[in-house]
Formats: sequence, structure tokens, C-alpha cells
Amino acid sequence: MPAMIEVAGLTKSFTLHGQGGVRIPVFAGLGLSVAAGECLALDGPSGSGKSTLLRSLYANYRPDAGAIRVRHGDGVVDMMTAPPHQILAVRRATIGYVSQFLRVIPRVPALAVVAEPLRVLGVELAVAERRAARLLARLRIPERLWTLAPATFSGGEQQRINLARGFIAGSPILLLDEPTASLDHANRLTVIELICAAKQAGTAVVGIFHDREVRDAVADRVFDMSRARDAA
Amino acid sequence: MSAPEALLPDALLPDALLPDALLKVAALTHLYGRRVGCRDVGFALWPGEVMGVVGESGSGKTTLLHCLSGMLAPSAGTVHYRTRTEGWQDIHRLPEARRRLLMRTDWGIVHQNPRDGLRLGVSAGANIGERLLAGGVRHYGRVRAEAEAWLGEVEIDRARLDDLPSRFSGGMLQRLQIARNLVTRPRLIFMDEPTGGLDVSVQARLLDLLRGLVRDLGLAAVIVTHDLAVVRLLAHRLMVMKEGAVVESGLTDQVLDDPRHPYTQLLVASVLQG
Ligand SMILES: Nc1ncnc2c1ncn2[C@@H]1O[C@H](COP(=O)(O)OP(=O)(O)OP(=O)(O)O)[C@@H](O)[C@H]1O
Ligand SMILES: [Mg+2]
Repeated sequence: MPAMIEVAGLTKSFTLHGQGGVRIPVFAGLGLSVAAGECLALDGPSGSGKSTLLRSLYANYRPDAGAIRVRHGDGVVDMMTAPPHQILAVRRATIGYVSQFLRVIPRVPALAVVAEPLRVLGVELAVAERRAARLLARLRIPERLWTLAPATFSGGEQQRINLARGFIAGSPILLLDEPTASLDHANRLTVIELICAAKQAGTAVVGIFHDREVRDAVADRVFDMSRARDAA
Repeated sequence: MSAPEALLPDALLPDALLPDALLKVAALTHLYGRRVGCRDVGFALWPGEVMGVVGESGSGKTTLLHCLSGMLAPSAGTVHYRTRTEGWQDIHRLPEARRRLLMRTDWGIVHQNPRDGLRLGVSAGANIGERLLAGGVRHYGRVRAEAEAWLGEVEIDRARLDDLPSRFSGGMLQRLQIARNLVTRPRLIFMDEPTGGLDVSVQARLLDLLRGLVRDLGLAAVIVTHDLAVVRLLAHRLMVMKEGAVVESGLTDQVLDDPRHPYTQLLVASVLQG
């Protein structure tokens, strides 16, 4: 099975210039590979760099060294060296990222927030919104909230909006940062179903799952952060 | 310190890799006598992309915008624009008349002060219609209808079509300036602090409008602002300027979430604390 993500020699540190130039090493020489249809769970204590790794895969954080090769269409893109324009294209078509917290856009209703990733791919408004509605219903967001901007939603509601947005485009790669942290049991089960269905469809998933039940249900392999952490 | 410019600037890519880009800027420099306006700026921009430019006051943002938009001849460097019919053109080498035509039809320029971008002595409708007429539209009824539609688009009461802009509020003037620029469906728009001085709800509406145009019409934009929230909402990419030079650039979320340059870190930290 071809790798969807291949990471080699990845090293990341932060330098805080405002605080005397203190350097925070996070990981060094990190390597991993994820195949299509496979789910890799990142494991390590708080502060061990799980979120930093996930953000690096999305090219949100910029590691110091290494390669992040991602299958994009018929080719392979190294997220470490690709120009910004190409990273945007990879994010649009290939990588879905569900952060822990929704970034709210003023005035934009939930339905449009969820439909947006399809809209930027050029999918017609009505089609995109129909798909968004189906996902929102599946995640038990009451219909009366669909036309409201999510700024006033509860933490769990916002997380479900974020999840719907992450899943809507059927991206070949999904990055999930604690996707069930503020969800009730029924919604956790729904998220498990969504992840399993995505895997079935060939999506490569990398996730941070603090919830044992969710992790056991979706993860094929566990990646231990400690080795790359100790090397830093 | 790690090199913030580790990512290959697009402008260094060979032309063959940029067939669908719209703007290509290389080594752009402008000096005011011995003072640096902007220095050695390079990037490429694609349709549907918004480039944000942030930096302290006096860091060269407006100088850069003026050089990019053809209003100011740079001391060195080039600005290439991919025209609809004649391929890539160095805009500062085009004959004056050709450049002016591009500025009226293909580009929009939204000034920091709307009074610089509007004609205060003619009606709101005429302000919008003027660029259509300049672009060759002759049918009066059509010009009027388009102007009216665009007033609605920027959420100004259509009944104000025949009013003079001198009787508009600051926020309305700014929206009128934007309508005036968008009516010819430009491919590229340059904006200098377009939301400065607007109250929050008007600002949100304007950003909404711009986001829609960028996504649905593939509008490209370069937007100078001091407001990182605006940048976060609107810009895909970001350049941070200091003393005329770009000290850091990248995707907006990269630069704001993982800033590397001491100045960028300061900028981001002050917002989070404020
Ligand atoms: N943007 C940033 N700037 C500076 N330091 C950062 C940044 N993001 C993360 N760090 C640091 O990197 C280290 C790893 O943090 P990270 O958030 O990746 O841990 P984590 O494994 O996800 O922890 P948790 O389980 O608590 O979410 C921490 O020391 C953190 O302070
Ligand atoms: Mg984390």
C-alpha cells in the first residue's frame, strides 16, 4: 500500500526572542509513515509535542529540518519546501485538519462554515450545503442553529461544527487533534463511525485521542513521541 | 536565529512554473533619496489569493503598494502582470496609456483615505459608473443599473444613488470606494487599510463581501493593514515588513502561529496580550 504521509528526520524547536532567546526543543529526527486507510494515534504525555507534530504535518508550524512528503494527486509534495501557493493547494485538495478549537468567522453561519471546504473546491452552493446539512444532522446539531454564526455555540457544538468542516471534503488525509474532547457519548460514537468510514474510503488518519474508547476503536498503530522527544 | 526565509520565494521559481499566476514581483526596491522606502521585495500571487502586508508605521507598506499598483515607479526591480491577452508585461515598462487602462479595468486600488479614491463632487452612482464608462460601456441604463446593484452589494441603501458622497459617513465612503473599484470586475485589487476607521460591524460586513469575491470570482488582492484579525480572516499569505524589508513571510497561519523573527513575535505577542 502506498504511503500517504512519509516523515523523515523531522526536527522542531521554538526560539522565544522576547524571552531572552530561550530555545524550546520539541522533537528531533522524527520519522513516521502512514498508509492509505490507516489510522496512526500519536501518544505521549502533555507537552510531548503531539499537537506540534500534527500542526507541522499541516505546515501550520514550520519545523527546522527534515521532510514531510505527502501524496497529492498523482505526485508527492514535501510540505517543508513547497512554496506557499502549493501548500494552499495541498490543504484544499488533500489534507483536512480538525483543530481542537473552532476559529469563528464573524457573521458566517454554521452551514456555510461547514460547506466552505467544498466551496473552495468549486462545488456548487446547493450541493455543498446539502452535504453540510447531512453532516450537521448526523452530528446532532439542531437545525435551528444552522443559520447562526457559531460564535455563541457551546464548546461541544463548536467542536462538532469543526468536525463536520473537517470531514466534508472527504480529504485523502485527515489530521485530528483531540476531536472528541468535549463531546458526549452519543456524539463520540458518531465520530468513531465517521473516522472508520473515512478509513474505509482510503483516508490516512493521524490523530491525538485522549479518549481510550475512541482510540481503541479507530487506531491501527500508536506512535510514541518519547524517542524523538528525548533526541531533541 | 533560524532563517525565516527558508521557504523558497515563489518569485524565484522559473516562469514555466508560474503559468497561472497573476502577479510576479522581483527585487522590488524604492528609495526616497537615501532613505529606504521598500527593499528587495519578491513574491508571486495567484488568482483567488490574498496577500497581507503588516508592519509598523513607516515600514514601507504603502510605498510597496504604490510600486505594485503602478502608481510609483520603483528605483529597481520588476512587477510583472499577466494580462488577459498579451501575456506577462512589466507594468513599469508599459507605455503610460496602457498602464492607465490596466489600472482602470483590470485592477482596483482602494486608498487608505476614501476621499483619495472617490470624486466627491459627483453622485455615488456616477462614482461607480465612471469606471464602467472608462472601460467602454456606453449604455446609460445599464451603467445606472450596475451602479445600483453594487450599492446594494456593499450594503448602501439604493435610494442614495443620486446623493453626493460628501454626505456619506466614513464607513459608507469606504464601501462606496470599494464598489467603485469592483464594478469593472478587476482581477487584482490593492487595498491600503481598507477597514481602518470603520466600526466593527461595518468592518465585518466588508470582510464578508471581500471573502466572497475572492472565493467566487477568483479575485486576487494585496492588502496592507495593521489589524492582525483582518489578516487572519482575509489573507491566505502574509509578509511582515520592517524598515522597508520583508523580515518574514509565509502562509498567514504559519507566520501568526509560529512566528520566527523577533519583530513578528513581538507583533503577535502584543495582540494576544492586548
Ligand atoms: N506556537 C508555539 N510557540 C512556542 N512554543 C510552543 C508553541 N506550540 C507549542 N509549543 C511548545 O512545544 C511543546 C510541545 O507542545 P504541544 O502542544 O505540541 O504538546 P502536546 O503533546 O500536544 O500536549 P497536550 O497533550 O497538553 O496537548 C511545549 O513545550 C509547548 O510549550
Ligand atoms: Mg495538544
